[in-house]
Amino acid sequence: MERGPYDEMRAADGAVRAHFRPLADWLAETPAERVAEKRREADLLFHRVGITFAVYGDAHGANEGAERLIPFDTIPRVIPKTEWDELAKGLLQRVKAINRFLHDIYHGQEILKAGVVPAEQVFANEAYQVSMLGLELPNRVYSHVAGIDLVRHKDGKYYVLEDNLRTPSGVSYMLENRKMMMRLFPELFARQRVHPVEHYPNLLLETLRAAAPPAARDPVVAVLTPGQHNSAYFEHAFLAQQMGVELVEGSDLFVKDGFLHMRTTSGPQRVDVIYRRIDDAFLDPLVFRQDSLLGVPGLLSVYRAGNVALANAIGTGVADDKSTYPYVPEMIRFYLHEEPILENVPTWQCKRAADLEYVLDKISELVVKEVQGSGGYGMLIGPAAKKSEIESFRSRIKANPANYIAQPTLSLSTCPTFVESGIAPRHVDLRPYVLSGKEVKLVPGGLTRVALREGSLVVNSSQGGGTKDTWVVD
Amino acid sequence: MLSRVADRIFWMSRQMERAENAARILGVTSNLVLFGTDDVQEQNLLAPLSITGTEELYKERHDKLDLPALIDFMALDEKNPSSIYSCLKWARENAHAVRWLLTSEMWETLNATWLEVRAIPRSRVTGSGATEFFDWVKERSHLFRGVTYGTIVRGEAFNFSRLGTFLERADNTARILDVKYHILLSSVEDVGGALDYYQWAALLRSVSSFETYRQLYRDQIFPIKVAQLLILERRMPRSLAACFDQVKEALDRIRGQRDESAKRLAYELHARLSYVDIEEVFQGGLHEYLTAVLEDIGELGGRIQRAYLGAV
Repeated sequence: MERGPYDEMRAADGAVRAHFRPLADWLAETPAERVAEKRREADLLFHRVGITFAVYGDAHGANEGAERLIPFDTIPRVIPKTEWDELAKGLLQRVKAINRFLHDIYHGQEILKAGVVPAEQVFANEAYQVSMLGLELPNRVYSHVAGIDLVRHKDGKYYVLEDNLRTPSGVSYMLENRKMMMRLFPELFARQRVHPVEHYPNLLLETLRAAAPPAARDPVVAVLTPGQHNSAYFEHAFLAQQMGVELVEGSDLFVKDGFLHMRTTSGPQRVDVIYRRIDDAFLDPLVFRQDSLLGVPGLLSVYRAGNVALANAIGTGVADDKSTYPYVPEMIRFYLHEEPILENVPTWQCKRAADLEYVLDKISELVVKEVQGSGGYGMLIGPAAKKSEIESFRSRIKANPANYIAQPTLSLSTCPTFVESGIAPRHVDLRPYVLSGKEVKLVPGGLTRVALREGSLVVNSSQGGGTKDTWVVD
Repeated sequence: MLSRVADRIFWMSRQMERAENAARILGVTSNLVLFGTDDVQEQNLLAPLSITGTEELYKERHDKLDLPALIDFMALDEKNPSSIYSCLKWARENAHAVRWLLTSEMWETLNATWLEVRAIPRSRVTGSGATEFFDWVKERSHLFRGVTYGTIVRGEAFNFSRLGTFLERADNTARILDVKYHILLSSVEDVGGALDYYQWAALLRSVSSFETYRQLYRDQIFPIKVAQLLILERRMPRSLAACFDQVKEALDRIRGQRDESAKRLAYELHARLSYVDIEEVFQGGLHEYLTAVLEDIGELGGRIQRAYLGAV
């Protein structure tokens, strides 16, 4: 018989794993009505606080102002501390190497000269920004906030599924989920020591201030949002509030005398660090998309003069492209002279003739992804796809092989989850957030996303996924 | 504070106050209609439209003028930007944009108000439930102001909220007082009669100051004293003088750059309202006086916008 997915709570013989035992005992002792009542309470609280995922239709349509909750599951995902420590080491190593890579491709390009990464992989990449060439960034950090997606395969090992190095989101759910669990089930936290994550906003502020131009004595930080109609607006507002900094939109900012300022009721105020949550292409209409109303004309010239910091930097997308991903283990060996602690998922690059042939042959067993895709869009899960979908993907791959990569269909691990019929295993992934300032840091935990539909492997919130609190326990 | 944010807070507070005042104007109109003779009926019904400057829009939306249609237009019509419905909607929309700077109670008050007004059946508001609806709007406005005063940090958000509230209230008190002018046009012969008394009493009730009038003046209702109460009686919290006490207080706390012209006009108005001679006002004409005050309030709004809130 083929081995099923890795069960986070139970070992193969059905016994509850040691780190899940306090939770399993509690679930067994607690009357189902009480748990159900708490779940309703959680729903109500999330609605009231407004931790919602905005679904804005057309401005005057029936859906105007509609906001949807991302379903929150009250059974946490538990990770033993020893296991976490190993993961954390791997994450820090990976992000360090990636930042070294980003610095390198905009400076000496040693890794290209050494032939470790093919030059066209970098130069032909849409996300590569010539304007970043030769620019010195404080601490040589490009991706100040990185979200690394991990999955656990049926062999019990964690694999990196992808690196999110531009504007990774979801950390507000990590924080709000923890707050909600402590409020609903304080007794659970008495049974087991759960490592805290609540200091994330402090670490984030420290990271952002460390990115400031050296001349800024007491750096002023602001969060730049596309505005209230953005689906992650709640998170932008939440992080600004938690850090005690301004939440600005492009129209609040202007460039004058070589510096960036915000319009305030008491006149212009200088801004030293922008934690931007808008894409490169929208940052500065003078340089990038001219039709962008979200950015600030002249921002890039201030940035290039070293008078403002952007977090994350411009042009980090080269490194989180799915076609660059296969090279990350090599980056670790090249820059750090270490063996990668975390493994990559084996990846076939359709731009290589041999790989393309293999992918087209085995497509019904593979997951195929667009190299620039995200959010679960532009992706084919072979074993779950209809014949017609497979055929349509096959012709798209043939038409533009370089736009696709393929990976074996991983069996994501499962975690017990409340569903209509009671508690059942559902597939999960894990996104920890790595912060790079003067040092590289992370809080013990992350965002666990769960695919609520039975058998589904797609955990994205835009596609019906939910979230769980993530516990690192002693 | 960011100009955009201050702008949202300023307007959030103005819209809420405006909704309350629309409810007050509609309340007094409903009352006047009960007492009016047929020939003044039209004037009674036109007054709310002329003081909110929406006569044109009304004519586009309705063929005839009667109380249910007027209430429908001023209370619930989403195409009318100054209807109660629109005000509550925009107050909530503005709050939504700066939600992270408000207290959760403030946000929840505005959000719940908006959700409720959307669910209220039209027929109830234009029919027997009108008074109940106006009372509800006033209550929600009281609640919002109380929650704001009771929960928000004393800082620029508070200052701009107060500034918006009292500038709007001053504007509305002046307009409500002017209602009487619009009605008087067609009933001059009745001055001093029973109808006249009811009209002044209804007007006082619309600004919650019928009892205040009795308490402070212990006298019959004379037009000049009503004007005195609503213009310069600073013990009466809806009077122009009292509103400008609050406007001045808020502006005193706001530190701006190049805001001299806004502050100068506000302080000038404050001084003028503090030392006004009510006899003189009547000699020159109450309507003319109120028109000038309304113009200045409009100008002050524009200067505040330019000094602190960014270009509109």
